[in-house]
Amino acid sequence: MIRRVLPHGLGRGLLTRRPGTRRGGFSLDWDGKVSEIKKKIKSILPGTPCDVLPDTSHLPPEHSDVVIVGGGVLGLSVAYWLKQLENRRGGMQVLVVERDHTYSQASTGLSVGGICQQFSLPENIQLSLFSASFLRNINEYLAVTNAPPLDLQFNPSGYLLLASEKDAAAMESNVKVQKQEGAKVCLMSPDQLRNKFPWINTEGVALASYGMENEGWFDPWCLLHGLRQKLMSMGVFFCQGEVTRFVTSSQRMMTTDDEMVTLKSIHEVHVKMDHSLEYQPVECAIVINAAGAWSAQIAALAGIGKGPPGTLQGTKLPVEPRKRYVYVWHCPQGPGLETPLVADTSGAYFRREGLGSNYLGGRSPAEEEEPDPANLEVDHDFFQEKVWPHLALRVPAFETLKVQTAWAGYYDYNTFDQNGVVGPHPLVVNMYFATGFSGHGLQQAPGVGRAVAEMILEGSFQTIDLSPFLFNRFYLGEKTQENNIM
Amino acid sequence: MAAPWVSLRLVAPMWNGTRGIHRLGGAVVPEGNQKKERKMLQFLNNHFYDVEALRGYLLQREMSKVHLKNRSFTWLEEQHGPYSAGAFFILKQGGAVKFRDKEWIRPDKYGHFSPEFWNFREVPVEAVDASDCEINYEGLDNLLLLKELQSLSLQRCPHVDDWCLSRLYPLADSLQELSLAGCPRVSERGLACLHHLQNLRRLDISDLPAVSNPGLTQILVEEMLPNCQVVGVDWAEGLKLGPEEQPQDTASPVPA
Repeated sequence: MIRRVLPHGLGRGLLTRRPGTRRGGFSLDWDGKVSEIKKKIKSILPGTPCDVLPDTSHLPPEHSDVVIVGGGVLGLSVAYWLKQLENRRGGMQVLVVERDHTYSQASTGLSVGGICQQFSLPENIQLSLFSASFLRNINEYLAVTNAPPLDLQFNPSGYLLLASEKDAAAMESNVKVQKQEGAKVCLMSPDQLRNKFPWINTEGVALASYGMENEGWFDPWCLLHGLRQKLMSMGVFFCQGEVTRFVTSSQRMMTTDDEMVTLKSIHEVHVKMDHSLEYQPVECAIVINAAGAWSAQIAALAGIGKGPPGTLQGTKLPVEPRKRYVYVWHCPQGPGLETPLVADTSGAYFRREGLGSNYLGGRSPAEEEEPDPANLEVDHDFFQEKVWPHLALRVPAFETLKVQTAWAGYYDYNTFDQNGVVGPHPLVVNMYFATGFSGHGLQQAPGVGRAVAEMILEGSFQTIDLSPFLFNRFYLGEKTQENNIM
Repeated sequence: MAAPWVSLRLVAPMWNGTRGIHRLGGAVVPEGNQKKERKMLQFLNNHFYDVEALRGYLLQREMSKVHLKNRSFTWLEEQHGPYSAGAFFILKQGGAVKFRDKEWIRPDKYGHFSPEFWNFREVPVEAVDASDCEINYEGLDNLLLLKELQSLSLQRCPHVDDWCLSRLYPLADSLQELSLAGCPRVSERGLACLHHLQNLRRLDISDLPAVSNPGLTQILVEEMLPNCQVVGVDWAEGLKLGPEEQPQDTASPVPA
């Protein structure tokens, strides 16, 4: 009653109560005071972002047990097997440092993606066989809960290698070794070739070897993505940066022949961020060099090769980038769905790509015609002069083809014997190599990753013995030559 | 197109029983409920380590069950001969086997089958119906013991993929009929390695969800296997009439 009457008579100003004044406080600017008090409380309470310390989320951690230089398929494979074979879950802290997270120049993404067992060395054959079984069971090895299963787009069409008269004997003995190791390869005469693949011109072909199982080609990006996803779920750290310095400590020791040897061990890796001078020193126990075409630079940072030539200290890592071209063309009358990856006597190779009469292929240039590896520009004249004539000779249907596109990629080419370098360095005791595979790194990555992980965790190779691939051979001059390089 | 060829009629006639452990049991869960359950499971998985570990363990267990089913029976070969060993493997998986001049042997709904085939040492197996079986790449070791197989049916096998198809070439001399209908993991890349099977007369590639372009694949497979009747997709299925290509009505003039 009173409330209704009062505003009529006495007006608002006198009797309207403001909320704050009810408590007895007498203040004119109450709202401002409230917001000031709120601000003070917020800054004192924990959990608010404090501007005092800088943001370091892009930097790698300060300590890591293992630092893997290079995030391509070999580096990720080593990381995967290290985490898979460690004795305690979470026992090893692994950091993968990759300079370019778009993988624009990495050999993995630019690769043709083939896998074959037709090598001359038993170790290469075994690595390839293991990789085939890894890829076949990839959804068991790289299973991540909640992620969809991986589809590698594997074409089990096999490899067909053609040999001329002078290479026929070598091919026969190679096939014998391959069959002994368990690869399913068969030899074919020119007549059998013509029967099976009528589009081949068998002029100049004395013998052919055809892989029936576990050979073909697949999508390397899918493998890379699958490995990355699995590694992130296993707790491996990824960092985008460039390794610029190794801090080593040395120890002089006496060998049994009374010679003084300086053994070095890397205890810190400086990782520099992109487009800035900022770097993070990472304390580490083991460094793995899986930098592909740029492995020699990383090795030089650790002092490998700095010494008088001819000594163990002066033996450099003989891996250098070599540019290779891949061309894609369209040929409507070309070979059918059953076409394997055909490697000609001249070194030219091609395979089908998809259902629409597209093919891709290339050829390794001769030593004196090696293109300049400074960039990844494609030389189309190379196709016209050096690749097309051989293809058209071997497959007459390819006389009328139309090049659609082309790209170039690097081989991490081992100039010594074109085979990989695996295992520790004799003088820099905690640097392990997994590089130098000269064009067949992708197909051997799972096997090599497991071998390096076994070397680190157990001290020796357990499943596949890769002692012919150790670094020592460069100093001792013992070549582990592989004859079937494309 | 190959001349019409009468099927060997070696594929087992109508199979309408339930397979017990092989079929998913019981009622169909309505769509909406399934989605909610899945979302809840994903949420729990992303927020709790124990749920993730449990799911990982259950997945590993499923996979090891399949491996156990596909273990090697080749040690039976020296005692009972290759045909009985291979037949035993198929029957254990839940498939059906037909020896030459004998009737189909099939396990009943409890998985039991008659042991009379152990006596058929020298009688080769003519036809195998491994529909809905959980055969995978390793299990094919046992299947390839049956050297004179003429008809093989791998319909709706969930673990048969492109790698498995590349393993079928040892049966090239005798295999005449192959059915891959409904296999979820077979794609056109696996079909490309069927070119070894030159004696194949009938190939069924209908209803393969992983094949990207069924019509084109059918044409390419027919080119690859000229003597074989490829049953699967109508090749004109991929051709869709656009708005400007609609069939014209009869009143319009026919071009001369």
